[in-house]
Amino acid sequence: MAKDLNQGVAIVGGALPEGVPTSDSSTQPLVTTVIEPSHGWAPLNLSEFWEYREVLYFLIWRDIKVRYRQTLMGAAWAIVQPFMTMVVFTVFFGRLAKMPSDGAPYALFAFSALVPWAFFANGLTQSANSLVHSGDLITKVYFPRFLVPMGRVLSGLPDLGLSFLVLLGMVWWYGLLQVRGPLLWLPALAFLAFVTALGVGLWLSALNVRYRDIQHAVPFLIQIWLFATPIVYPSSLLPEPWRTIYSLNPLVGVVEGFRWALLGSGPAPGLSLAVSALAALALLITGAYVFRRIERTFADLV
Amino acid sequence: MADIAVKVHDLGKRYDIGTRRNGSPTMLREAVSNAVRAPFSKLATLARRVRPGAPRILEASSVLPNHIWALRHVSFEVPRGQILGIIGPNGAGKSTLLKILSRITDPTEGRVEIHGRVGSLLEVGTGFHPELTGRENTYLSGALLGMRKMEIDRKLDEIIAFAEIDKFADTPVKHYSSGMYVRLAFAVAAHLEPEILIVDEVLAVGDVAFQRKCLNKMEDVRQHGRTILFVSHNMQAITRLCTRAILISHGGIRHDGPAAETAGKYLMASVSTSAERVWSEPLSAPGDGVARLRKVRVRDESGSTVDAIDIRRTFGIEMVFEVLEDGHALIPSLAFLNESGACVFMTSDLDPVSSGNPRHRGIVTAVAWIPGNLLSEGLLLVSVGLRTTRPLKKHFYQPDAVAVHVVDSFAPDSARGDWDGPIPGVVRPLLKWTTQFTEGAAAP
Repeated sequence: MAKDLNQGVAIVGGALPEGVPTSDSSTQPLVTTVIEPSHGWAPLNLSEFWEYREVLYFLIWRDIKVRYRQTLMGAAWAIVQPFMTMVVFTVFFGRLAKMPSDGAPYALFAFSALVPWAFFANGLTQSANSLVHSGDLITKVYFPRFLVPMGRVLSGLPDLGLSFLVLLGMVWWYGLLQVRGPLLWLPALAFLAFVTALGVGLWLSALNVRYRDIQHAVPFLIQIWLFATPIVYPSSLLPEPWRTIYSLNPLVGVVEGFRWALLGSGPAPGLSLAVSALAALALLITGAYVFRRIERTFADLV
Repeated sequence: MADIAVKVHDLGKRYDIGTRRNGSPTMLREAVSNAVRAPFSKLATLARRVRPGAPRILEASSVLPNHIWALRHVSFEVPRGQILGIIGPNGAGKSTLLKILSRITDPTEGRVEIHGRVGSLLEVGTGFHPELTGRENTYLSGALLGMRKMEIDRKLDEIIAFAEIDKFADTPVKHYSSGMYVRLAFAVAAHLEPEILIVDEVLAVGDVAFQRKCLNKMEDVRQHGRTILFVSHNMQAITRLCTRAILISHGGIRHDGPAAETAGKYLMASVSTSAERVWSEPLSAPGDGVARLRKVRVRDESGSTVDAIDIRRTFGIEMVFEVLEDGHALIPSLAFLNESGACVFMTSDLDPVSSGNPRHRGIVTAVAWIPGNLLSEGLLLVSVGLRTTRPLKKHFYQPDAVAVHVVDSFAPDSARGDWDGPIPGVVRPLLKWTTQFTEGAAAP
């Protein structure tokens, strides 16, 4: 038995000094990882984000590939969903309730809000349930967990792009399409919607692992949020001190910005955009910290 | 320091059980009544649960009995290039250890230092999505296991060829047979090139041929000087691949030593029999008025007690008994049972000098020598007995007195020769063959 051991050591130990072909990695310095119990509010690790960028890419890629597999209409769903909502809103709020629309055709008024809203609402729903639905990954392999909710939100980008093209088509149809400076704000506004969805997604996905109540609350939250955002009505209905406070809902800034940039309706929503951006940033930062805080127990709770 | 790949120091992992999870009725009722009595206390507990690692909570819950230490006070080091086997019964803490080392879950206490890129295979087909094709899943799983996209691009054809799924590379894996699925999953894993590989029970899946492919691949990896931590219930795989093994039981390391030795300890613990057994109390010792058993042990040729023995080596079963009455011709005998309970053989001391003549009072030490290259690998339980013939009388019979683990070291001078696959049979004798050759003659 002792000989047995020596034999093994001879094979293993001998392999290294004699330089049996090892991989190219042996020439690189070794990465040292220290695993310790984490305490307190662990800081965000942004270098990890860079290191695992390809994992994020593949998670997004998977979500996009899988989303419309085995559906009849495929990616058309990305357009149908906000478009049909717009039709319903136009009939009930625009025609029947005679809701004001800041001078723009009501259909356009609603759709220009529904396009970013659909991106936000889908991203939020997807990310809130993302961790619970990724239990098999979380318990089997390590990667920064925030890539899961982040990937879910980002995988809505192609849908946003498609529905935005339809929106552009509609603006053109109504003869309102002009090449104007404010159009350049659109990517920033989409980014604001992304930050908001990610911030809330981080909060909810992490809490959802612990309290499954969240998954029942999310549809309800979205419904309330829809009416707390100027989608079916213009924010001009609110008097001024309230209007700025109202902009603490980051989607107010996004929706107003979209209408202003695309339809040229109303003055530039400078103040409400700034308030919305700050609120979104606060959501993201707190969300990230709460996420980090609960992150280490995910594998034990999922 | 540079030649240490993994250093684990005083590692511990505690799981809190029964609190809040699955909403046990008492907890729910308490929560509801608390909420009714003081609306803000609910908020306070909620806030505290959101911060699980806070020291305050640690103190509070360590008072409560509703937590378990899945792992505690575990320390070991793995030198670079070593294959460390990790064995132990189910629920011993092996998987928890691997999960901590793979950074899937946080330890509660202690520290781990890992020098090198880690790849962990805790399941077959990590990240596989049923709707994606074989090719797509190769990318997804590869990326999740730590491969770069460029690396996967380069190895894609090789992986698909290795998995033997060329024709189905663009078919969603949900249409795969389970064999194809496992082959692809393993092919992806096999092309990982981490400096430290953590493998959990992957070999438990698949047929014998697949398991062999896995073992061969791991041997390949070993020859490239990589470090492997390998959890398995397959003692043959452990003794074949690993130089060293640790036995984990009830959350702690129970044994750390050469793989064969640790495997032997584990197997013996599972049958609660060891390599040596001594009866110090005369009253409880097996025997009668004529003779009484004192001690039984497994020994090697040099005389030391051994748990495990190389399949090629001779070993002895030594029994010591006390003769209490003059004038009986005493014949010791042994029976060997394998793990499945089959009797491999029986043997008795038929030497006319030692057992043919009546004994005087005193101590007798009898050793039966079992030649190398006779038994098959695995655990053997040895029963001992003592009898007198003419008239036949049994003085004692002790079932499962000792156990020995016969270890196949995959040496070519054993009965396996160059063959590296499994060998059936309860014995594996190395036999002499004679062959005759007649040139050019057709069959009669």
